[in-house]
Amino acid sequence: MGVAKYIKNKADAIEKVIYQSGIEVKPFYGPKDLEATGFDYEVDLGDPGQYPFTRSLHPQGYRSRAWTTRQYTGFGTPQETNERFKYMIAHGQNGLNVAFDLPTQMGYDSDSPKAEGEVGRVGMAVDSLQDFEIAFKDIQFDRIGSGLTINAVASIMLAMYQATAEKYGYSKETISATPQNDILKEMIGRGAWIFPVEPSVRLVCDTIEYSVKELPRCNPVSICGYHIRESGATPSQEVGFAFEIAKSYIDNLLDRGLAPDDFVGRFSFNLNVYGNLWEQIAKFRAARKLWAKLLKEEYSVTEKKNLFLRGLFGGGGSGLTKEQPENNIIRGAYYGLAAALSGAQTTALCSFDEAFTIPTPRAALLSLRTLEILMEEVGLRDTVDPLAGSYFVETITKEMEDKIKNEMTRVQKMGGMVHAISSGYIQREVARQAYEFEKSLQNGEIIKVGVNKYTEGEQPDVEVHEYNDSWVGAQISSLKTLRRTRNNQEVNRSLKALEKTSKSRNNVMPTLVDCCRAYATVGEMAGVFRDVFGEWDEPCLF
Amino acid sequence: MKDKKKIRILIAKPGLDGHDRGAKVVSLALRDAGMEVLYSGLHQSVDQIIAAAVQEAVDVIGLSIMTGAHLPICVRLMKDLEEKNLSDIFVVIGGVIPKNDIPKLEEIGVKGIFPGGTRFEFIIDSIRALF
Repeated sequence: MGVAKYIKNKADAIEKVIYQSGIEVKPFYGPKDLEATGFDYEVDLGDPGQYPFTRSLHPQGYRSRAWTTRQYTGFGTPQETNERFKYMIAHGQNGLNVAFDLPTQMGYDSDSPKAEGEVGRVGMAVDSLQDFEIAFKDIQFDRIGSGLTINAVASIMLAMYQATAEKYGYSKETISATPQNDILKEMIGRGAWIFPVEPSVRLVCDTIEYSVKELPRCNPVSICGYHIRESGATPSQEVGFAFEIAKSYIDNLLDRGLAPDDFVGRFSFNLNVYGNLWEQIAKFRAARKLWAKLLKEEYSVTEKKNLFLRGLFGGGGSGLTKEQPENNIIRGAYYGLAAALSGAQTTALCSFDEAFTIPTPRAALLSLRTLEILMEEVGLRDTVDPLAGSYFVETITKEMEDKIKNEMTRVQKMGGMVHAISSGYIQREVARQAYEFEKSLQNGEIIKVGVNKYTEGEQPDVEVHEYNDSWVGAQISSLKTLRRTRNNQEVNRSLKALEKTSKSRNNVMPTLVDCCRAYATVGEMAGVFRDVFGEWDEPCLF
Repeated sequence: MKDKKKIRILIAKPGLDGHDRGAKVVSLALRDAGMEVLYSGLHQSVDQIIAAAVQEAVDVIGLSIMTGAHLPICVRLMKDLEEKNLSDIFVVIGGVIPKNDIPKLEEIGVKGIFPGGTRFEFIIDSIRALF
């Protein structure tokens, strides 16, 4: 049953329950169990808003403020995306989460042969500042925060966001952007990497350093255990690997002479709600605590707010099924419940049709409504961390803490995350977990309703988002016009400057902003990086 | 089936998409079934995939595509294989493949179509049955 491993006897009664992270669950829990873990309220929990923040970052939790909802949106041309942004904002969404198409994510222009068949398919196509000007038209940059889901060229997109905001009269101090910008997780799962590991980490950290100095309201990195989990990792690996990735970035920034208190408050996390309900709640509570402890004890971070594990707990993509797709609406509601019971600060849900393709507006709106129902109708804003003190939840939260620490120790023994990825160890480990999971699903050890139990045979078709080829022509023709009409002297000058900075140890961001202002294209800017840095040679080991 | 010769298969990820969970999981399943499995890694062009298939003398190319671009990619691959006289290499495909596209893929000569969630034994048996 479920995502966990269930061992049953002949009478179909459950004899053993083992969570993916390896925690074995007992039939019931009492005070003695909690005692055995050495649980201490002040040390392990503290009141909400108190170190180590296991219960909540804020003393009042959702009473003072419900969560921020950020459905992942973007497709086709910037014009279409702009319409969808406004639609979601008009329906109560208070932050954007921008999806880019693969050519943009991989640093190719829409007319590159590499982009063939992919323009505008899984997100918005962006070639130049002109596209951002259209996509963010009438968006209030000082009120709406934007997640930019892009990694290898996140530096370019952040520069473009700043240049766009300035064009619309917003100063860079007032804008709030969260580029995903976590390249190490792309190398473990999701795969939208371009450059080798070291220059990739440098670009991430250039973006963070620049934000610390120039963009006071931007959170320049969102570390994504999410995709590592989607690729097959267990919940404890998801958090453990994410923390080790964060440490790689922290160490790079320390080498630049920054103090941890200068920048760790700008880190955010993207973690997955998919899986066993109790295991997820334990994971999020343990993660908040471990992150605060890690920063305080290993990096001597002192400022309280800098110890917060902030971020988006949501998604749940790998829990969705093509079979009986309406079931995904119900799954989404329970994933949202897990996020709410874990005190998620920001959330978003995969839409029920996302097992097929990117969502229709109706499906995206249903996800938003699901989250609104949880906050407005169910009672989840009543009191902070309602499960605190449960013998069961507190015991497994402590156990989860140990499991996460074990995963971190394994990575440290390999010389840290950069080494563990370069050698292919992490990728192999995640693939192995994915394979084991798939085998358990296929042999019925893990139950998925509508897939291997309660099946219905032939499936009715669902209405899905249709990819429209006519977008491609429009995008390419506007790119071609731009190349003719922009000041190409200025473009060449700014790209030369970018090349020079890329070869130096200086921060690339100011020159990138100049390139964007000159309407240099994403392909041109990423092309400079490709020439200077080369491309990553992925270890393909099993 | 060929006598004692192990089936050699190249699992390949064409195009820009980096979602490789399926490709890796199927690679492991085929390897456990006794096949020799090579994995191309990400972001491969059709030319790179064909070059690797020739160099490694594989019997089968298994594409993994999640983005919806499976039709143009398969059309191109099948055409290039034919032009290079490599039509003895079988092509199979897995990933996000809508039902409506299956007849079209079969028509251009794709020998096995395995949408996400297809059972390992079905994939293994289908590939073995090609020989």
